[in-house]
Amino acid sequence: MEMREKILTFIEKNSRVDLKDLAVMLGTEEAVVANELAAMEEEHIICGYHTLIDWEKTSMEKVNALIEVRVTPQRGRGFDSVAERVYNYPEVNAVYLISGGYDLLVTLEGKTLREVAQFVSDKLSTLDSVLSTKTNFILKKYKDHGTIIAKPKEDERMLVSL
Amino acid sequence: MRNPLSSRIVGIPFSGIRKFFDIAAEMTDVISLGVGEPDFDTPWHIRDEGIYSLEQGHTAYTSNAGLKELKIEIAKYLERRFGVSYHYDKEMLVTVGGSEAIDLAMRAMLDPGDEVLIPQPSYVSYVPCAALADGVPVVISLKEENQFRLTAQELEDAITPKTKLLVLPFPNNPTGAVMEQEDLEAIAKVVEAHDLFIISDEIYAELTYLGDRSHVTIASLPGMRERTVLINGFSKAYSMTGWRLGYACAPEAILEQMLKIHQYAIMCAPTTSQHAAVEAVRNGDRDVEGMREEYNGRRRYVIKRFRDMGLQCFEPFGAFYAFPCIREFGLTSDEFATRMLQEEKVVVVPGTAFGSCGEGFLRISYAYSLESLKEALDRMEHFIQRLRVKSPMG
Repeated sequence: MEMREKILTFIEKNSRVDLKDLAVMLGTEEAVVANELAAMEEEHIICGYHTLIDWEKTSMEKVNALIEVRVTPQRGRGFDSVAERVYNYPEVNAVYLISGGYDLLVTLEGKTLREVAQFVSDKLSTLDSVLSTKTNFILKKYKDHGTIIAKPKEDERMLVSL
Repeated sequence: MRNPLSSRIVGIPFSGIRKFFDIAAEMTDVISLGVGEPDFDTPWHIRDEGIYSLEQGHTAYTSNAGLKELKIEIAKYLERRFGVSYHYDKEMLVTVGGSEAIDLAMRAMLDPGDEVLIPQPSYVSYVPCAALADGVPVVISLKEENQFRLTAQELEDAITPKTKLLVLPFPNNPTGAVMEQEDLEAIAKVVEAHDLFIISDEIYAELTYLGDRSHVTIASLPGMRERTVLINGFSKAYSMTGWRLGYACAPEAILEQMLKIHQYAIMCAPTTSQHAAVEAVRNGDRDVEGMREEYNGRRRYVIKRFRDMGLQCFEPFGAFYAFPCIREFGLTSDEFATRMLQEEKVVVVPGTAFGSCGEGFLRISYAYSLESLKEALDRMEHFIQRLRVKSPMG
């Protein structure tokens, strides 16, 4: 692996690591890591640093939905223009072009069921190129971004062993 | 009533870590660097195969030497990774961890009075296993100035007419030392000249950090295969300690006798573990690579922290241990470790648990997350600073 990929592999799991420590672990200088990070941010290889939150444990109400959307691609622009119209809504979390039974997978976060339903019926379904939608509500998140949310891991090893 | 106990067994001491375990178990907020096993869970695809084998009802004994399917995969693996070839049916035995293989090899090869050369610091079972097999353990004290590698001269100096066996415990627990090709070539010459045999405990073979120069087994050197019992296993490479699965490879004449003991004492290694291990050795290379990469990062971090603390520590290139020197504080390893546990609640293992020549050293395991290492080493740093203020030595 090249240095860039090594940095990315590490910070994908822990973006809060101290740069000094990261440099030590990768066997390089802090400046090298800092420069690579800056360059990768500039090149939009690193698109953001986010926090994985289990909202269930907070007092905030959140409703998450996965919406399967079938659309008519537009001449010359394919799926891009309809995708753009969808992803510009701030309540939309993610938009993926999908192979298989439908075209776009849209993930959505709302405060209430009604809010999500309204978005789908008022905004998404009414777009010209949208043929149909199918809304799936997320009931429970077991694992997200490679992290198991349901059951945090405890160290079961003995304190000392030879 | 007569004494029910064998005086030979009574004469063998328990390993030296019970005390730390007992003290630590009574404390809260203890952070440990004292563990000799990986922190990763066994990769899921391997666990899944174990579960699947149970679902399929594979719950009977396997043949004494182990599942044929597993042995064939191990043979391919050893060829692919280390360039040694063993016949899966005649030269290989699946054991209950590498530990059983050590015991079997000693018992199969030693006659009363035969001397066994055991380089130390090293894993705690070689000396008692040699003694239990009626052999005479002879310790070779390895030196930090040689990066705790065994030199041909040290070996030569320890040989007597009674010497039969040499234990090669590399990559080494507790020092993290490795033996490279040239080091082994020098040893091989002496072994050949004195007609010795070797037990090569290579349980940490997958965990070396020398870039392209990956682990070399002495069995791959000319003339050594017929003199070597090669021991390896799944515990460290695949994070499978609790599955208790290892293996031994040796020339047929030796292996046959080992198999006899195994047959009477053990029957066969756990069947579920063997099924899981087939998956490990067949499809586990990427897991091993990922874990090795992770350990290597932690290794660099730990060594850097010791340098920053001004603590002398040679750079270890194997296993997941560092072995810093604490002589400057004028405390024994045991005193240092006990006080650090009491005052900073950090568990480490005194070097003396691995032989008296470990005096003045500590075994630090880096089979922990970066956060745990950081916290533990911060505490260790405080402890050292306090010692330096109170008793400035040299």
